[in-house]
Amino acid sequence: MTAVLPLVDEFALGLDAPICLTWELTYACNLSCVHCLSSSGRRDPRELSTDECKAVIDELERMQVFYVNIGGGEPTVRPDFWELVDYATEHHVGVKFSTNGIKITSSVAERLAASDYVDVQISLDGATAEVNDAVRGVGSFATAIRAMENLHAAGMKNFKISVVCTRQNIGQLDEFKAIADKYGAQLRLTRLRPSGRGADTWDELHPLPAQQRQLYDWLVAHGEGVLTGDSFFHLAAFGSALPGLNLCGAGRVVCLIDPVGDVYACPFAIHDNFLAGNVRSEGGFQGVWQTSSLFASLREPQTGGACSSCSAFDACRGGCMAAKFFTGLPLDGPDPECVKGYGESALDSVEAGSQPKPSLDHSHTGKRTQLTLISAPSRPDRACDENPLAGLSL
Amino acid sequence: MNNFDLDAGWRLHPQVAVRPERFGALLYHFGTRRLSFVKTPTLLRVVEGLADARSARTACVEAGVDVAQMPSYAKALQTLAASQMIAPKEAA
Repeated sequence: MTAVLPLVDEFALGLDAPICLTWELTYACNLSCVHCLSSSGRRDPRELSTDECKAVIDELERMQVFYVNIGGGEPTVRPDFWELVDYATEHHVGVKFSTNGIKITSSVAERLAASDYVDVQISLDGATAEVNDAVRGVGSFATAIRAMENLHAAGMKNFKISVVCTRQNIGQLDEFKAIADKYGAQLRLTRLRPSGRGADTWDELHPLPAQQRQLYDWLVAHGEGVLTGDSFFHLAAFGSALPGLNLCGAGRVVCLIDPVGDVYACPFAIHDNFLAGNVRSEGGFQGVWQTSSLFASLREPQTGGACSSCSAFDACRGGCMAAKFFTGLPLDGPDPECVKGYGESALDSVEAGSQPKPSLDHSHTGKRTQLTLISAPSRPDRACDENPLAGLSL
Repeated sequence: MNNFDLDAGWRLHPQVAVRPERFGALLYHFGTRRLSFVKTPTLLRVVEGLADARSARTACVEAGVDVAQMPSYAKALQTLAASQMIAPKEAA
């Protein structure tokens, strides 16, 4: 038997099945968040049917993928949403789903509180209606708070409040924590990425350099009590690593299945360049995961390119592939938010308008949330940015 | 600091599923929704042997753990017990 490598290196080479994955069940959404990483809004007529979804769940059970992070769009607007959740948990596939809270009524909350196998994540991008609704739409703060009240009243413990960190809400971290504490929830902070509609709004929404430091210090101070999905590993270059293993799992230990069954390397990379195949193909999801040439290439040893001589490379590993791609940067160079500042100078050399465009757009036509607070719209938080390595007891 | 009782009987928690991997295994607890990694194949053999062994120490010996390694395996089992991946048999 060949020697067993350190776990991070084992993961970098890929596993025969993902540890977990993100599954976006629909592109339909009642909101039009300005940073939506999947450019959701309208249902796609080609979306997987109930039976096709169940066939995917059967595969996940066989492959022992123990849980999926379900998102969308707004997954709960699918008429078969609860049927699929029940089917998954009956087949040993745990479910965590992200929602804006629209369907989390008292009775739904009671049902969720009664199940060990389902976890809920409420998206909230501002600790006040003013900041939240500027990116997520008018009334969305009230909807999210009502959902939290219902979950809390039903006795649901430790549900998640998921926040995409932006320039406008970095100053509210303590207030987010207070909201989570009030409802017996756990706070989860994730990184804004220039994916989907986020590509159009990233310039106005992404945290400024000084705010990144503020965020890093806050995360260090709060330790493992606050979840991050390991999405801030580019900040590790500030100093000590944040809790969790710092690894991009795209196509190696995680992936995305989109509503029409397309399999992408990660939820932030909905673009033909990162499309590995479709679950409707002959080999199904397993065939895509195990034989896609794209995933095979991601599982090869990667070079750091321009970053490999940087003292921080071992900490940040060059940052996020999707963030680089959608800002027009080379994949083997610095992250656009590189804390050493190399990203900013690299961005200066990107020709305006040359950035890759997302391959799909399901946005509501003529109806976009207007950023009234500072400016543009924002993107919702998609699930399997929950890095499987987050919060592990190793 | 490590008070894991090697001489007690232990077993996998009934809500825990095991996925063997080259490096060891993934463990997932459907009740706590937590994932853990078993980082060596030997530790996986220990974990799999717990149910049929009289004690955790016996499971370790049968999996090939020698006396010098026993403290580190006790520590690993303590970690798994703390996250409810394994449980004492009498608590079943």
